[in-house]
Amino acid sequence: MSSLRLPPVRLPGTVEGLRAELRAFLAQELAEGSFVPRCDAWLGAHSPEFSRKVARRGWLGMTWPARYGGHERSALERYTVTEELLVAGAPVAAHWIADRQTGPSLLRYGTEEQRQRFLGPIARGECYFAIGMSEPDSGSDLASVRTRATRIDGGFLVNGTKIWTSHAHRSHFMFILCRTSPLGTDRHEGLSQLILDLSAPGVTIRAIPLLTGAHHFNEVVMQDVFVGDDLVLGQVGEGWRQVTSELAFERSGPERLLSTFPLLVELVAVLGPEPGERAAEAIGRLAAHLWALRGLSLAVAAAIDAGEAPAVQAALVKDLGTRLEREVAEVARLVAPERSRLPAGSRLFPLLTEALLTIPGFTLRGGTTEILRGIVARSLEVR
Amino acid sequence: MEEQDLLAETLEALLADHCGAEVVGAAEGSWAPQVWKTLEEAGLTLIGIPEEAGGSGGGASELATVLLAAGRFAAPVPLAEAGFLGGWALASSGLAVPAGPLALVLARPGGDLRFEGHGAALTLEGTAHGVPWAGVASRLVVVAPGEGGPGAAGLLVGSVEPVSATIRPGRTVAGDPCDDVSFHGASLRAQDLGGAGGGVTVEALFARGALSRALLMAGALERVCDLTVSYASQRHQFGRPISRFQAVQQQLAVMAGEVAATRAAVGNAVEALAEAGSRPETATAEIAAAKIRAGDAAGVASAIAHQVHGGIGFTREHRLHHFTRRLWSWRDEYGHESHWAGRLGSLIAGRGPEALWPLLASRPKPN
Repeated sequence: MSSLRLPPVRLPGTVEGLRAELRAFLAQELAEGSFVPRCDAWLGAHSPEFSRKVARRGWLGMTWPARYGGHERSALERYTVTEELLVAGAPVAAHWIADRQTGPSLLRYGTEEQRQRFLGPIARGECYFAIGMSEPDSGSDLASVRTRATRIDGGFLVNGTKIWTSHAHRSHFMFILCRTSPLGTDRHEGLSQLILDLSAPGVTIRAIPLLTGAHHFNEVVMQDVFVGDDLVLGQVGEGWRQVTSELAFERSGPERLLSTFPLLVELVAVLGPEPGERAAEAIGRLAAHLWALRGLSLAVAAAIDAGEAPAVQAALVKDLGTRLEREVAEVARLVAPERSRLPAGSRLFPLLTEALLTIPGFTLRGGTTEILRGIVARSLEVR
Repeated sequence: MEEQDLLAETLEALLADHCGAEVVGAAEGSWAPQVWKTLEEAGLTLIGIPEEAGGSGGGASELATVLLAAGRFAAPVPLAEAGFLGGWALASSGLAVPAGPLALVLARPGGDLRFEGHGAALTLEGTAHGVPWAGVASRLVVVAPGEGGPGAAGLLVGSVEPVSATIRPGRTVAGDPCDDVSFHGASLRAQDLGGAGGGVTVEALFARGALSRALLMAGALERVCDLTVSYASQRHQFGRPISRFQAVQQQLAVMAGEVAATRAAVGNAVEALAEAGSRPETATAEIAAAKIRAGDAAGVASAIAHQVHGGIGFTREHRLHHFTRRLWSWRDEYGHESHWAGRLGSLIAGRGPEALWPLLASRPKPN
């Protein structure tokens, strides 16, 4: 299937030094107790203080132009930074969305004024964004969103409800996908993206606790919320095209395969240097799958950076990656020593518990496995 | 890079012309000497052997291109055995690489294949089981310990005529020749025998064998995916192509994932082997990972392919089995997934938790 092949990756020489910097930084933070490694930290562990530290080291807005507060580094350097942070289970949730997709969207579709206003604060780790897409009646069928933005003088009046909006309660702004023209024959027409100020009058945020007890999900209700023309993202009516072009590429990042990596590391630690045949095989198999997938994820990142659009491979990374994340926990559960035999201070049990409870979300968020597979299959047919 | 593409295109064109479904089908239980001859005449069978040793030059990357193509066409010829395995062992040990198809007869731990005696009285004894292609090879490349024992210093490499051996024919699940080779007092000419050269160990050859099969599988997986997607778009049931059904779409996507992941895995391993140079043991982890990933993919993808193809894919006349039977066979050659997973897992456990991520992040190497 020549269409699934990607060109070999050429990593810039600066990557080794960058990795060493990250590892030294993280080792120091760990030694100082500023965080404890967590699974799924990019969604579950929110720390403005940590985000600002990361920003001060130049690791946010890495690929953005310097005139907006960015650091003009390469996408593969950014990839390296993000994977090191994830592997360490560091608390990156506060800035993750803003750095990963809000900034690039503003660079692609934003006005100069919007870029000047938001990119610098995001790159400083001070301004956080949530994603306003899903609604109670619109999940996988994103084009069916009902949040309405009605035209008035100077802007729009927004009415509707967004759901599953992670960290909206701790974010400053939210991109919302809403309908600006009535539903016509083409359901993808008439949708727009607006930049919502979460502190605006008419916005009510209600927590939705997860089955884990943790709070990052929210319901955001908007009642006659005014959004000015200056906060339209891109073109009115182009919302669907703008959103789908972003979605394809966020699917293949390291957060799609490394959410449970801290658990795998702890498993290797508790098994010790002679784990026995069964455990060795289980570890070896997981490692082989992760190794291959990380290679594929990196190749997708490199291809995107080179101007390609490997949407099929990106979807495959997410499908394989999120399944692998789950498998790490299922394997850990079955091959780890009994609790009474774990070394004192081992974090295996809390990491495993946290992983098992958060796993159902992996294959749902950012495009369910079923939807992604449909996209892949249809693309394969076309080639 | 361009040379690589040229090599790939040349192979693709040659094999498309000379190694189609009818040729592979006719080779059932034997091999395709015409395909070998065509490739040999184009200088493609001795890629990986230095030109000084009578080969066509090229390294791990070029060998990978050759084997990926061979897998994509299910070429019923011992391509890996020459440039990658037996021929490599001979050339690395300063011995001439003969023309014609070769088979690698490799001593294994627990087996009794060995050289006995010294000098002119040296003879080859013992049996190697399940030697791919032994029955069709024009020469057998033997790698076995001398009386010094199996350590690298006591390892010998030689080539012999097949008539020197008793060959008990067998077949792989794919129908390719895979025979038991026994020697009793076989002697070798002095010019056909030498001490194993730098980097030539039983383990290195076993690992290279594993990588060769992973590459063949990667190629075959691509073909299987292509065939299955095509079939699903063309087969109509209930008034529409079966590719419209979600149940089928989900399976096609799972299969595509296996193909893409395998490709990434073998890419890593080829890069590692290319860099390893005279220290091939440094590529063992990557090779283990590639063999595991390809073997797992082979099982998943072949099952999906047969399921989507329905009854017709289960027949001898349809070409699907040319690939799926080879996938089932190659995944078991030179160590199956469990063997290599155990080895990789032990390696990881031995190095400790802090070394796991640096291992996985070690490829590709930065420029």
